[in-house]
Amino acid sequence: MIQIPILAATTAEITSPAYGGDTLNVVVPLIFVFVLATFIGWDVIRNVSRLLHTPLMSLTNAISAVVIVGAILVAGPQVGDDHPAWISVLGLVAIVAASINIVSGFLITNRMLRMFKTRAPEQKS
Amino acid sequence: MSPEYRELIVQISYLIATVLFIFSLKWMNTPKTARRGVVSGVWAMTIGVGGTIIGPTIAVESLPWIALAVIVGGIIGIPLSRVPLTAVPQRTALSHAFGGLAAALVGTAKYYLWLDGELTTFRTFALSAEVLLGGLTFTGSLMAAGKLQEIIPTRPITYRGQNIINFIILGAAIGCGIALIINPEWSFLFPILLVLSLAFGIMLVLPIGGADMPTVIALLNSYAGLSAVAMGFVLENKLLVIAGALDGASGLILSIIMCKAMNRSFRNVLFGAFGKVSTADVAGEQKPVKSATPRDAADMMEQAERVVIIPGYGMAVAQAQHRVRELYDQLTKREISVKFAIHPVAGRMPGHMNVLLAEADIPYEDLVEMDEINRDMAQVDVVLVIGANDVVNPAAKSNPNSPIYGMPVIDADKARAVLAVKRSMNPGFAGIENELYTLEKTLMVFGDAKAVVGDMAKALSGEGGGAH
Repeated sequence: MIQIPILAATTAEITSPAYGGDTLNVVVPLIFVFVLATFIGWDVIRNVSRLLHTPLMSLTNAISAVVIVGAILVAGPQVGDDHPAWISVLGLVAIVAASINIVSGFLITNRMLRMFKTRAPEQKS
Repeated sequence: MSPEYRELIVQISYLIATVLFIFSLKWMNTPKTARRGVVSGVWAMTIGVGGTIIGPTIAVESLPWIALAVIVGGIIGIPLSRVPLTAVPQRTALSHAFGGLAAALVGTAKYYLWLDGELTTFRTFALSAEVLLGGLTFTGSLMAAGKLQEIIPTRPITYRGQNIINFIILGAAIGCGIALIINPEWSFLFPILLVLSLAFGIMLVLPIGGADMPTVIALLNSYAGLSAVAMGFVLENKLLVIAGALDGASGLILSIIMCKAMNRSFRNVLFGAFGKVSTADVAGEQKPVKSATPRDAADMMEQAERVVIIPGYGMAVAQAQHRVRELYDQLTKREISVKFAIHPVAGRMPGHMNVLLAEADIPYEDLVEMDEINRDMAQVDVVLVIGANDVVNPAAKSNPNSPIYGMPVIDADKARAVLAVKRSMNPGFAGIENELYTLEKTLMVFGDAKAVVGDMAKALSGEGGGAH
C-alpha cells in the first residue's frame, strides 16, 4: 500500500514545524471558514432581486477589493534584510489597484441604487 | 501596545467587518434596503483596513506610503465611478482586472519573501492557486473590457486547434504549480507559472463574443473572489477567505443564472465560440418585411390598452433610455398600461437593462422578468422591441436547427401586434435570422433607436397638445 506521508505521521508530527508548521491548526479551520462562508454567500445572494444584478456586481467588486488587506500586510513591514524594498513596492502597487476598486465600486453602486425609484412620488400629483 | 494586544484588535475588527459584509449583501436583496447595504460595505471595509493597519507586523514608517497608495487609487477610482451607465459593463470588467492584478502581485511578493525556507507545501499550493487565478482574471478581464469598449473586435476570434492550445497552456500552468508544490525551491518555475496564467486569461476570452459577455463577466467576478480566497489561505487571513468566498458565490450564482437564461453550459460558453457555428444558418430565403413610420407606430400604441416594451443592447448603444421614458410618460398619461420585459441576458452584463431604465426614472415596479411577462403575453396589444434580437427570436422555441434553439425567450410573437425598432435588416450579433420580423402582425420601424423612439414620443405629445 502506498504510504501517504500525512496519514503515516502522528498528530504531533504533523503539527510540528517540520511538516510546514501548522497544517492542521491553521489550514483546516480556514477550510471550514471557506466552506461555511460559501454557503452563507450562496444563500444571501440567491435572494437578490434581478433588478439589482448590476449594482450587486459592482458592490461585490468593491468587497473583493478586500485584497487590500493582503496588500497592506505585504507593504507594511519594516523594510530591511528580510523584507526587501521591492517586495513593499509590489504591495504598494497592489494597494493602488485595490483602492481603485474600493472607491469606484462603492461610489458607482451608490450612484446606480439612487436611480431605482418606486412610483411613490407620482402619487402626489 | 504589546503585539498580542494588537493582534487581538485585528481579529475583533475582522469579526465586525465580516458581519457587516454579510449584512451588506443581504441588504442588496431589495431596492428598498440596498443603499443601506452600500453603507454597511463601506464600514466593513474601513474597519477591516483600519484593523489591519493596527496589526503587529505593520511598521509606522510604512504608513505614509500606504496612505499615499490609497490616495492614488482613490484619485483614479473617482472618475471610474462617474462613467456613463452604458459603459458600466467595461468598468466592471476593468475593476475585475485590478482585483486580479492585486492578487497576483501579493502572491508574487509572498513567494519571493518565503523563498528562503518558509515555503511549506500548503503555502506553495495556495500561492500557485492565487497567482493562477489572479493572473488569468487580470488579463481575461482586460480582454473583456477591451471587447466591451470595442478596442478589440467584439466578434469571437477563433482559429483551428484553439481549445487544444488553451488546454495545453492551462495544463502547463497547473503542471508548473504542481512541480512547485513538490519542490518549492525550483524558483525558475514561478515566473513561468505567472506568464502562463497571464497568457491563459487572454486566450480564454479571445474566442468569446459580445452576447456571451454577461456570463463571462459574472465568471470573472467569481474568479476575482476566488483569488481573494487563495490570498486568504496564503496569508492565513480569515477576513480575506470570507469576503472572497462571498464574492465567489455571488459570481457563481450570476453565471449560473446567465447560462440558464441562454440554455447553455459553462463549457459551451467558454469553449463554444458562439458566433461561428451559426453563420451557416443565414442562407435561408429572405422573406419580405413590412415597415412603418414612427408616427404609425405611435398611433398603434395609442389605440392599445396594454403595451410591453422589450429593450435590448441596441437601446444601450443608442443611449435611447431617456426617449423611452418620454414615450412611457406619453402612454401612461393616456392610462395605457406600459410594462418592460427584461430578459436576463439582455445587454452586456447581468441587470444591464434595469439600471439603464432606472437611470431614466422608470419606476422599477414596471420592469418585469421574462417568466412573469410571458404568462400574459397573449393579452398584450402591442409589443415594442427596441434593439433586442435573439432574446425575442421565436426560432428558439420552434426551430431545432437554430443555434439558439432551447434558449428561453420573451414571447413577443404571442402579442396581438409587434413593433420592432432596428437600424437595418442586418442579422443581429449571432447572425441568426429572426422570424419575428417577418410575421404577419409585425411592423418594422427602421432607424436609430434614440431618434425613432423620440419621434414616437413627439408624435404622441403633439396630438395630445392639439386636442385641447
